[in-house]
Amino acid sequence: MMNLSNIGTCHVNQFVTQSFKQMPRESLNLSETIEMMKRIASSIIEAEPLLTDADRNLGDGDHGLGMERGMNAVIEKLEASEPNDVSEVFKLSGMAMMSSMGGASGALFGTLFRNGGKALDGRANFDSEGLNLFLNAANDGVKARGGAAPGDKTMIDALEPASNRAEELSKSPLCEAIKMVALSANEGKDNSKDMVATMGRAKTLGEKSLGHPDAGACSVAIIIQAMSDFINT
Amino acid sequence: MKKLINDPLKVADELLDGLVEAYDGQCKKVGVRSIVKTEIPHNKVSLLVGGGSGHEPIYHGLVGTNLADGAACGDIFAAPPPDIVLEATEAVNRDNGVLYLYGNYAGDVMNFDMGAELSSEDGIDVKTVLITDDVCSAPPEKKNDRRGIAGLVLIVKIAGAASQNADNLEDLERVAKMAVLHTRSVGVSMSPGSIPATGKPTFNIDENLIGLGMGIHGEPGVSEIPMTTADDLTPKMLDLIFEDFQKDVDIDNLSEGDEILLLVNSLGATTMMECLICLRKAKAYLKEKGIVVYDTIVGPFVTCQEMSGISFSITKLNDELKQYWDLPCESVCYTKL
Repeated sequence: MMNLSNIGTCHVNQFVTQSFKQMPRESLNLSETIEMMKRIASSIIEAEPLLTDADRNLGDGDHGLGMERGMNAVIEKLEASEPNDVSEVFKLSGMAMMSSMGGASGALFGTLFRNGGKALDGRANFDSEGLNLFLNAANDGVKARGGAAPGDKTMIDALEPASNRAEELSKSPLCEAIKMVALSANEGKDNSKDMVATMGRAKTLGEKSLGHPDAGACSVAIIIQAMSDFINT
Repeated sequence: MKKLINDPLKVADELLDGLVEAYDGQCKKVGVRSIVKTEIPHNKVSLLVGGGSGHEPIYHGLVGTNLADGAACGDIFAAPPPDIVLEATEAVNRDNGVLYLYGNYAGDVMNFDMGAELSSEDGIDVKTVLITDDVCSAPPEKKNDRRGIAGLVLIVKIAGAASQNADNLEDLERVAKMAVLHTRSVGVSMSPGSIPATGKPTFNIDENLIGLGMGIHGEPGVSEIPMTTADDLTPKMLDLIFEDFQKDVDIDNLSEGDEILLLVNSLGATTMMECLICLRKAKAYLKEKGIVVYDTIVGPFVTCQEMSGISFSITKLNDELKQYWDLPCESVCYTKL
């Protein structure tokens, strides 16, 4: 259940909503978390052409299709199963991505959601403390699997600033925290334009990689923006 | 690009079904997307290869007699996920260890590593040797960071032969590492391949330029040189391999009297005509240098759809590698009588 008493602290949406379900949220219950995950999935699917172009500038252009396939698998998985808690929503999604995508993206985005989900074990709702736990565990897991550090022009360059911001805002209302976290992810994505790739297939390009954002960082920014849009609708 | 396919999203699965048919019973499909030999002897040290699809006939076409025991197949240009690596590992495992041998790409390493972790939980002993033959992708002092390209055919052939009588996993690992150390490749690309699902080219390159050091997934090259003739380009490419042997402190120079394997690989659209013209020049150039070509292979082995380009791979032989090379083998990708 949403905590109605806290809704007044969020002034994200100026128009008056008809039903409390559409109001900015303080925390998400299980079914809302499932809906948010589906929103994330549909946002990535819509962004496929953009992600494909981003990856063509630096890699072999398969990132958008891989993410689309992974997110279609997420939607199928969530419709076919009944997650017991918010943790399982993300863990199932991570598994679905890993198995359906393969490639570096499957391993890394699968790890993002699986590790993030594991950090929510035992939590009834997804709130700003949950957002903090989710993003920091996701960030640690992705760094351990892929070996990238901030500045390497990877998804970490969006994920790390987002998780840092989530940690700072872990006591703020979710609807406010997620907006700022999404901004940090987006800034991180933009900053990756000025970085030289040192990981993955793009590393062969060296200086030629300048001027383009990393495709993985674009996906992270879209994922977190979709969370923010859902929470603030 | 006109491609004879059905559902663009099912190409990896449909081509594997076709590959199994091409094997006429020698290999079978297992699980989601793996191919394994129908008969693998009890207690054999197993050899598992794999990677993204779309580069046929490798890697899955290298499963066969005295070659790999199985392959974990990814989607087009994407590493196989951990659960496919696990299913392939379980299918080839004969309780004497499984060696993973595949090209050094970030996605492959992450997914095969996760597959290895899952396999270890099942009690299967796994070791990994990465193929890193592309000399243009990193300097000799960082050769472990290099990508794997067409030299993989020579390396998998040698490891497959060694796996037939390997006493244990460590023994096979040692030979595979030796084959990697002794094998170097240089490639060029002239025009891109395309992704079957989108039809879009994997990269762009000017009509008048050649990409030196391209990747088999169509990663742009490390430098671009003006378009030229076969006879001009061939020695330039071979010189890069000579230089690399010279600079690498872990292996002796390629010098007069050395015996080598020579592979001329087409990336897909480059014709046999062009490969043969380059081969002709390569043989003459190597002869000039006093290098003895022990065996020559030419054709499209490691491809990237309709990408045009060519690569040279050289394995510097020693007595042990030569003995493994001499063993006959049979597969869709490569057969030696």
